[in-house]
Amino acid sequence: MKILKSLMVTAAVSLALMANAAHAENKKIALVVKALGIGFFEAANKGAQEAAKELGDVEVIYTGPTSTTAEGQIEVINSLIAQKVDAIAVSANDTDALVPALKKAMDRGIKVISWDSGVAKDGRMMHLNPSSNPLIGNMIIKLAADNLPEGGDVAVLSASATATNQNTWIAEMKKVQGNYKGINVVATVYGDDLADKSYRETQGLIQSHPNLKAIIAPTSVGIVAAAQAVTDAGKIGQINVTGLGLPSEMAGHVKSGASKSFAIWNPIDLGYSATMIAYDLIGGAEAKPGAELKMGRMGAVKLDDNNEGAMADPFVYDAKNVEEFAKIF
Amino acid sequence: MANILKNRELLLVAAIAVLLVLITWRFPAFVAPSNLARVYNDTSILIILALGQMAVILTRCIDLSMAANLALSGMMAAMLNAAYPGLPIPLIILAAVMLGTLLGMINGALVWKLDIPPIVVTLGTLTIYRGLIFLLSDGKWINAHQMSDAFKALPRDELAGFPVLSWLSLVMIGLVFLVMSRTALGRAFYAVGGNPHAAVYTGIDVGRTRFFAYCLSGALAGLSGYLWVSRYAVAYVDIALGFELDIIAACVIGGISIAGGIGTVAGAVLGALFLGVIKNALPVINISPFAQMAISGMVIIIAVAVNARAERRKGRVILRKAEAV
Repeated sequence: MKILKSLMVTAAVSLALMANAAHAENKKIALVVKALGIGFFEAANKGAQEAAKELGDVEVIYTGPTSTTAEGQIEVINSLIAQKVDAIAVSANDTDALVPALKKAMDRGIKVISWDSGVAKDGRMMHLNPSSNPLIGNMIIKLAADNLPEGGDVAVLSASATATNQNTWIAEMKKVQGNYKGINVVATVYGDDLADKSYRETQGLIQSHPNLKAIIAPTSVGIVAAAQAVTDAGKIGQINVTGLGLPSEMAGHVKSGASKSFAIWNPIDLGYSATMIAYDLIGGAEAKPGAELKMGRMGAVKLDDNNEGAMADPFVYDAKNVEEFAKIF
Repeated sequence: MANILKNRELLLVAAIAVLLVLITWRFPAFVAPSNLARVYNDTSILIILALGQMAVILTRCIDLSMAANLALSGMMAAMLNAAYPGLPIPLIILAAVMLGTLLGMINGALVWKLDIPPIVVTLGTLTIYRGLIFLLSDGKWINAHQMSDAFKALPRDELAGFPVLSWLSLVMIGLVFLVMSRTALGRAFYAVGGNPHAAVYTGIDVGRTRFFAYCLSGALAGLSGYLWVSRYAVAYVDIALGFELDIIAACVIGGISIAGGIGTVAGAVLGALFLGVIKNALPVINISPFAQMAISGMVIIIAVAVNARAERRKGRVILRKAEAV
């Protein structure tokens, strides 16, 4: 009896939801962030609003807890379920803790995706990574090569010799090295993500490779230290420091010319793409391995076996846009 | 000959010379005078810190919180500069030194008044100071473009061909040398570490002397905080993480006895230089990062082993007459 009753209630609720969705003028997509007031996520919201404007019939609800806790996000998600939103796109504070709440949302017919910081497979339909290891590996050598039309010697300044992320990116970089004619990777050194060691290793590179034209540092501590060491050695213009860094940390070094360009994800594109994907799912697209979901101006994302996809190449920052993004993150 | 071998400082100079010869064999440009000046400059901060650590170790104590003190004072200096770019740099340096001294006083007071073992006190304050940086900065970085040009320029400015950073370390060496050799406090450091009980009978307050040793190490850490942050043009929670071990290693290599009472300014400086030469040479002679760590560790153990032999006191014959009979 009890089961029958709850079944009927569920059916009624889903009917009501479907009716609601059919009648509603605007589709409600909730962008749930780790915490409000963080520049990175404010920028993601900017992208989501852009997507909403482009789509026309979408209302983006930008929300999140006031501090980065999973409990706070669960409360937010429960209230979104009560508001009967059409989709939830979440950057999770905890991989597993949000799963029950998000499952509940999916049971109510809400499309759930995670972006930036993922949720365990059971708790979402798909996860959007900002980029992928092969894309990052390709980007860091491309950044160096783009400023070296004649080719030349480049060196890598990594974090520690055992850092998984950096090692993967460097391995991916070496796979595509052949595509960049004349670019010789002459050394890989390790600054251990310590400012002083990275600085010293950079000085060592400058000394032992007099023809060095670029230093690739796929770590935020390393790229800043390398830029400073190149500045102090008076090699601005001869050696270009590039890699992965944050605009707020690199703005000064781009301005001085020590770094012509560097890359990292673009939070605006990320918010935009997450909204687009959520809209695509509301429109009936199915999130399954191998499926392609539409992301508007960002193209399409192809899902892998875990229903995860990579948005795009890391975004390139240079003198033209770094000041603007430095204010964001 | 035997006398020369017993002189630790000369032994260290010889060791550094041998090291330089070995490096030259693999990378000749290393011994160019300009490069050696660069290596000295790079080691300056370590030298300043080793001087402070030496004073503390001489009194049979240890200061594990120096690197955290450096990071906190440095962060404070960077934040002051970022918030008030017009503030004169000497004032910022003074503030960093004062904060460093205050942090050192906390260590000293805990060791002196509460009689807690120094290693425990400074292990605790190490964590507290690091935590304070996070609270102070909210985990955010102070970046190159947030610092004023004058703030970053000072250690780099050249005076008679050498950067101010190098000159500053030379001045500190001179000052600490004067304190050690020409003041009552300097003698008290040795007395307290050499034999605390005897020191009490000569009228030296052991706790107070240790307190002052911590003040000195704190002040030097505060100064280094500014120097570090402006040299690397970045301040964040983890700067100089683990550097306290380098400082202690420099002292140990320099022949400063962990048991207290033995050690010289020259030893601390040479110990720091020895480490500085290794740190700067390893990147250019192309050795795997794992071997680098092993080499640094081996050097420290060898140095301590040599020390232990040098310190072993021969038994003294106190009843020579009776023996003669």
